[in-house]
Amino acid sequence: MSKLGARSIIAVPYLWLLLFFLVPFIIVLKISFAEMQYAIPPYTDLVAWVDEGLTINLNLGNYAYLINDDLYARAYLSSVRIAFLATVCALLVGYPIAYAIARADSATRNALLMLVMLPSWTSFLIRIYAWVGILKNNGLINNSLMSVGIIDQPIAMLNTEFAVYLGIVYAYLPFMVLPIYTNLVKLDNSLLEASADLGCPPWKTFLTITLPLSKAGIIAGSMLVFIPSVGEFVIPEMLGGAETLMIGKVLWQEFFNNRDWPVASAVAIVMLLLLLVPITFFHRYQSRELEA
Amino acid sequence: MQTGKLSTWSKTFLSVGFFFLYAPILILVIFSFNKSELVTVWAGFSFKWYGELFRDPQMLGAAWISLKIALLAASTSVVLGTMASIVMVRMGTFKGKTAFSSMITAPLVMPEVITGLSLLLLFVAMGQSLGWPGERGILTIWIAHVTFCTAFVAVVVSSRLQELDESIEEAAQDLGAPPWKVFFLVTLPIIAPALMSGWLLAFTLSLDDLVIASFVSGPGSTTLPMQVFSSVRMGISPQINALATLVILAATIAVFIAWWIAQRSLKQTTHISK
Repeated sequence: MSKLGARSIIAVPYLWLLLFFLVPFIIVLKISFAEMQYAIPPYTDLVAWVDEGLTINLNLGNYAYLINDDLYARAYLSSVRIAFLATVCALLVGYPIAYAIARADSATRNALLMLVMLPSWTSFLIRIYAWVGILKNNGLINNSLMSVGIIDQPIAMLNTEFAVYLGIVYAYLPFMVLPIYTNLVKLDNSLLEASADLGCPPWKTFLTITLPLSKAGIIAGSMLVFIPSVGEFVIPEMLGGAETLMIGKVLWQEFFNNRDWPVASAVAIVMLLLLLVPITFFHRYQSRELEA
Repeated sequence: MQTGKLSTWSKTFLSVGFFFLYAPILILVIFSFNKSELVTVWAGFSFKWYGELFRDPQMLGAAWISLKIALLAASTSVVLGTMASIVMVRMGTFKGKTAFSSMITAPLVMPEVITGLSLLLLFVAMGQSLGWPGERGILTIWIAHVTFCTAFVAVVVSSRLQELDESIEEAAQDLGAPPWKVFFLVTLPIIAPALMSGWLLAFTLSLDDLVIASFVSGPGSTTLPMQVFSSVRMGISPQINALATLVILAATIAVFIAWWIAQRSLKQTTHISK
């Protein structure tokens, strides 16, 4: 390929991503050091010409605020805890499904895989909304249990942390199944046969061969569930109620309700720092997949 | 992995899994035909909520805006995503490749609130210093959607590009075809199914996005998810169930068509390689 042609093929997506993915983070970082003001835009400039001299106003107040008000620390902690536990649940539900699909013959396999992916092609918002009608106090589960007479008081399920776990597992399950399946389907069968021939019981073969060899898929699937869940807004907003504290919801409220852009930016920067390690982890796996 | 008849265990896992995935959707569809206002009590069959949905000008307007954005965003991100996957799979190493590959993979997992906030702040800063974009609306949502959809398209297209036999392209090149001709006459037809599934994926992602659009939209550019979200916040409404049923129907048809095309092209390629 001509050098110019190759360069322009690199340049177009490169510049787009640079301008609309990387530069925005630098601006978020910048505004997290600004102060809120009632103007358009609602933040102060960091660099100003005062008396013919350049002054830079770095304001650490937003970060100090995040440290002093324990709401933020609790929101970060509970986001990480909820996302982690939901990821473990999704792995426990998703691994057997991926395993079963990988064991099917190739025609069935494609159909099953499509059935797993199909729900994620319909609206995310609508799928979460579906659970509201099922879980609420006069919802489907409570109504049926009460009409049968098993309970006489509705069980509170909506607006609990339980509903948030359920929502995350439900919405993100396909993202757990897919990478694990991709890994399991490539597994060399002769390894399993050799293990069986040498007298290894099936559960031990699974633990010592299948599981370690599907590690890459487990990591990728878990990261695909964990990282977006930490910053999830729709699920805690619709299923979690006022009690469930998650940082995505806090950021949304800082921005839309309090109109405090600098604090919202600081919240975003701290969230990014928290997610840096898992994102790097995911990137290492994914770029190997892209280039392999 | 050994394949064959599914064991009882596998069947159990799959049935429970599919029940979990599909029961809520099925319930949503069933109650969209409910006569009663109450979403959870069955009062007889009726198409009434579909009628109300199609008489709701706000819903229809928002749907039209969302469709326009999704069409534009999907088409643009297929072009950008294909270029990006060629860069990733075929260009070897170059200066700045690590940065490039991080910018391709990070949007896949980046929490939406962060992407939305950062793009909004970019648009505000650009509007202030460059005077463009003057106001937020369809254009800014389009840019935001292209940015994250490109990453998804790149993943879909690169996996197809990796499977492609490079010797076919080399043969065309040896016979004197210039690189652009090799791409359009040899590579593109082979990866076309992947481009189509990439386009469909980008289209649904764009149509579905609530959080990012909420940050970067302006007055007069309320998208369908934003409209649905604000009416859902008011409480449950059977009209949303009717809308959900239509979305599910459309998505199912689209996925089946895409799947059918993929299966057919799979058969063709295996036929050729034999």
